[in-house]
Amino acid sequence: MIAPVLLLVGIAFVAAVILGIAARVFYVKEDPRIETVTDLLPGANCGGCGQAGCSSAAEAMVKGNIPVNSCVVGGTETAEEIGTFLGYDVSGAEPELACASCDGGSRAERKYNYSGLQDCRAALQLFHGFIRCENGCLGLGSCKNACKFGAIQMNEATGLPSFNPDRCVGCGACVAACPKGIINLVGEKTKILHWNQYTHCLSPCRQQCPAQINIPKYLAHARNGEYAAALATVKDNNPLASATGRVCPELCATQCRRQTQDDPLAINAVKRFLSDWERESGERLQVAVAPETGHKIAIVGGGPSGLTAAYYLARLGHHVEIFEMMPKLGGMPLYGIPDYRLSEEQYSWDINGVLELGVTAHTGMKLGEDFSLQSLKDQGFDATYLAVGCWTGRMLPFEGKELKGICSGIDYLRRFHTDEGLIEGKRFVIIGAGNVAMDCARSALRAGAESVVLIFRFSRELMEANPHEIKDSEEEGVEMRCLVSPMRFVGENGQLTGVEVQDVTLKENPGGMPDCINVEGSVRILECDVVIQAVGQGADIQQIVDTDGLEKTRFSTVDASEETLETNIPGVFAGGDCFTGPRLLVEAVAGGRFAARSIHYYVTTGEIPAIENRQLEMMPPAVVESLINVAPIASKAMKPMLPVDQRMGSFIEVEGTISEAECISEAGRCLNCGIYCYDQEETPGKESKSTDK
Amino acid sequence: MEYIYIAISATFVNNILLGQYLGNCPFLGVSKKIETAIGMAAAIVFVSILASIFTWSVFTFVLKPFNLEFLQTLTFILIIASLVQLVEIILKKKSRALYNALGVYLALITTNCAVMGVALLIAKNEMGFLEMLVFSSCSAIGYGLALILFAGIRERLLLSAVPQVMQGTSIALVTAGIMALAFMGFQGMA
Repeated sequence: MIAPVLLLVGIAFVAAVILGIAARVFYVKEDPRIETVTDLLPGANCGGCGQAGCSSAAEAMVKGNIPVNSCVVGGTETAEEIGTFLGYDVSGAEPELACASCDGGSRAERKYNYSGLQDCRAALQLFHGFIRCENGCLGLGSCKNACKFGAIQMNEATGLPSFNPDRCVGCGACVAACPKGIINLVGEKTKILHWNQYTHCLSPCRQQCPAQINIPKYLAHARNGEYAAALATVKDNNPLASATGRVCPELCATQCRRQTQDDPLAINAVKRFLSDWERESGERLQVAVAPETGHKIAIVGGGPSGLTAAYYLARLGHHVEIFEMMPKLGGMPLYGIPDYRLSEEQYSWDINGVLELGVTAHTGMKLGEDFSLQSLKDQGFDATYLAVGCWTGRMLPFEGKELKGICSGIDYLRRFHTDEGLIEGKRFVIIGAGNVAMDCARSALRAGAESVVLIFRFSRELMEANPHEIKDSEEEGVEMRCLVSPMRFVGENGQLTGVEVQDVTLKENPGGMPDCINVEGSVRILECDVVIQAVGQGADIQQIVDTDGLEKTRFSTVDASEETLETNIPGVFAGGDCFTGPRLLVEAVAGGRFAARSIHYYVTTGEIPAIENRQLEMMPPAVVESLINVAPIASKAMKPMLPVDQRMGSFIEVEGTISEAECISEAGRCLNCGIYCYDQEETPGKESKSTDK
Repeated sequence: MEYIYIAISATFVNNILLGQYLGNCPFLGVSKKIETAIGMAAAIVFVSILASIFTWSVFTFVLKPFNLEFLQTLTFILIIASLVQLVEIILKKKSRALYNALGVYLALITTNCAVMGVALLIAKNEMGFLEMLVFSSCSAIGYGLALILFAGIRERLLLSAVPQVMQGTSIALVTAGIMALAFMGFQGMA
C-alpha cells in the first residue's frame, strides 16, 4: 500500500525538482510584459491573429510586430486592456469591418450555366466566372465558409453575402477568400481616403459625381427611412450637404439610367431633404473622429474646398486652422450665391459642422498681406492647403471701362454680405450668361432695379447657366438678349449712361466656340446706369508668387500636381478654384477631400501613394441604351417653388425642399445600378414593386 | 532481421493510427494542411522516442522489480507530461528555431494517446532497449506518415465536389476509414 504511494510521490517529486532546476538553469530572459499580456489574452490559442498561439501573439504585441487589437476572440475589450498595460492609446483604434462592394451579383448577365463545385475560386477558373461582370459577386459563398465567426450570411433573395457588423471582428479571412477582391475591410479612414478606380463597381451617377458620393447607397438608406445613415453616407464624401443640396447642378442625374425611358432621379432633392432633416432636428449627426495625431495643418481660404479639407483632416485626427481673408467663413457660396438660392443661415449649418470638429478659424487674414507661407511653416504647421479661390472678376478692356457704375459680377454680389454698401441703380445691363450672370440679374431685380437686360454674345443654346436658372430669371423679368456684343461704355461726367452694342451672327468654327461676325448698321446704345460684367473670374495669387516663390500656370492659377495637388513648395498643396479655375461647388468639395488625402499621407508617411487606375472618365460599360423590364415611373419629387409675385423685394428662398413622402418615393425609383447591372423586373421601392407586377 | 520485422510491423502493419486507432484527435485536428501535418509529425517522432526511453527505463528498473506494473498508466502520464514540459524549457533556451517550429504542437502532445499508447505497448510486450527504440521510432514515423498522407488527401478534398451532408469531418472520417482499409493490405507482409 505504501510502495505505490511512495513511488508516485517520488516520481512527482523528482519531476518537480528536475523541472524546477531546468526552469532555473535554462531560464530565458524574457520581457516580463509578455507574461502579463499572455494572461490578458483569452488563451484560446486559435491562431486567428496569425501567430502560433496566444503566447507568441503576446510576444509579437510587446515587440510591436502586431497591433494590440489583433486578437480576434478578445475583441475591443481585450485590446483596450492590453493597450492600457503596454501604454498605447487604443481608444481610437479604428475598428475595421468587412463589407462587399458588389451590389449586383446575380443581376449581371450570365455567360453560361455553371453547375460545378460550389466555390467561388473554382467557378472563377472556368472562363473567369459565369457572370459577364468582371467585378461582380459570384454568390457561391466562399467568404461565408471562410468566416470563423458566423458574421457572413448569404442573402437568399439577392444571392449576395450580408455582413453582420456585431459579429465581424475584422480578421480579413473573407477578404483573402474572395477571388474577385470584392470584400474589403472598411474603417472610417478608408472611406475618407477612398477614390474611385476603374477596377471598382461604380454606378453611372457615382462615376459622374465629382465628389464621388456613394449615391445608390444613400438613396437605399433614404428609401428605408434611415435618414441618419443616408446623410452619413453623403458626409463621407461631402460635408457641405446643405449647400450642395441647394445649388449643385446634379451632374449625377445626367447619367441616371432611368432617363433612357423616364425622368432621371431627383438625386439632389433627396440630398437636400436629408440635410434639412438634420438641420431641422437641430441635432448634428455625430461622426467618427480619429485620435489626435499631433500634426498641425494650415488651410488658407475658408471656402468650400478649404472647409472640406479641414473637415476631413480633422476627422483624420489632425489639428487644423483655417485662415480666411473675408470677415466670415464660407467663401464664394456665401459671398457669391444670393440668399434666395442659398441663405447664410443654411450654409452656416454646414460651416458650423466643420468648426464643431475642433477646427480653429482666423478670419480677416489675407495671405501675402497678413501672413506668408513661410510664416505658417515657422508657426509649426506641417502642411498648408491653398484654397484661395477665384476672387477677381474679369473686366472687359473696352473704352470707358473706368466709368462709375461698372463692376464685376462677384463685386456686385459680394456687397450683399459685406458692409461696403450695394451698387444701386435703376437700369441694369448684365454681360455674360453663366450662373453668376443670372445671380446678378435676379439679385438686381430683388434689390429694386426697374429693368434688367442680360446681353450675351452667343446664341441661347450656348448659355452656360443651369437651364432652370435661365428659365427662372426670365420668369422674374430679366430680359435676355442673345447675339448682342458689347462694344464700349459711354458716360457723362464720369458716370455711366449706357453700353454701345452691336448685333452679331455666328459662324461655325470646328473644334471651338463659333466666331462672331458683326452685323453692319446694328450699332446702338443701351441706356443704363449700372453694368455688371459676369464674364469670368481669376485667381489673385500674384502676391503669394512674389513673397513665397509659388509657381503659377499661364492661366494665373496655382501650378500643382494633378496626382497629389502638391505645389513646387514642399508641404504646400493647392486645390479648389485657385487650382482648377472657376468651377462648381461640388468640384471644390471634391478637391478639398482629395487634398485632405494627400496631406494626410504627406504628414503621416511622407509619401503620397498614387491612385492606381483612378477613375476620371465615365467607364464604357456604364452606358446602357435601353432598360429591360423596368416599369417607367414618373418622378413625383417636385420642389415647391415660391410664386413669382412673392419673390421681388425679398431674398426668400425660391426653391423649397421636397416632403418626406416625396423623398422616399423618389429614392424608391433608384434602380440600384452597378457598373453593368441594374434592378430588372423590380425596383427596390415598395410602391414600384406593386406597379411592376 | 528481428528489428526489420519490428520496424515494418510498427510502421505499416500495426500502424499506430490506422491499425490501432490511437491519437485520432490530432489526426483529424491538424490534418487540414500538409505543412502543419509535417510539424505535428516531427513533434510526435521527437517526443515519442524520448518518452519511450524514459518510460521504458522507469518500467524496467522501477516498476517491474517492485511489482508495481499496475501503476504504469499513472506513472507514464506523469512522466510524459513532465518530459514534455522539460523539453519545452530546454528547447526554448537551446534551440529557439526548433522551439518556434514545434510551437503549439509540443504542448498538444502532452495528452496525445499515440505517445502514451506506444509507451504502454512497449511495457506490455516487455521489449528490450533496442527493440523499444526501433518500435517507438517506427511507430512515430508510421503515425507521421499516415498524418501527412491524410493531410494531402484532405487538401484535395477541399477542391472536390463533396455532397453537402458529407462535408467537413464526415468525409474526413470516411477517408480515414478507407485509408485504414488500405493499410490492412499490409497484413500479409508479416
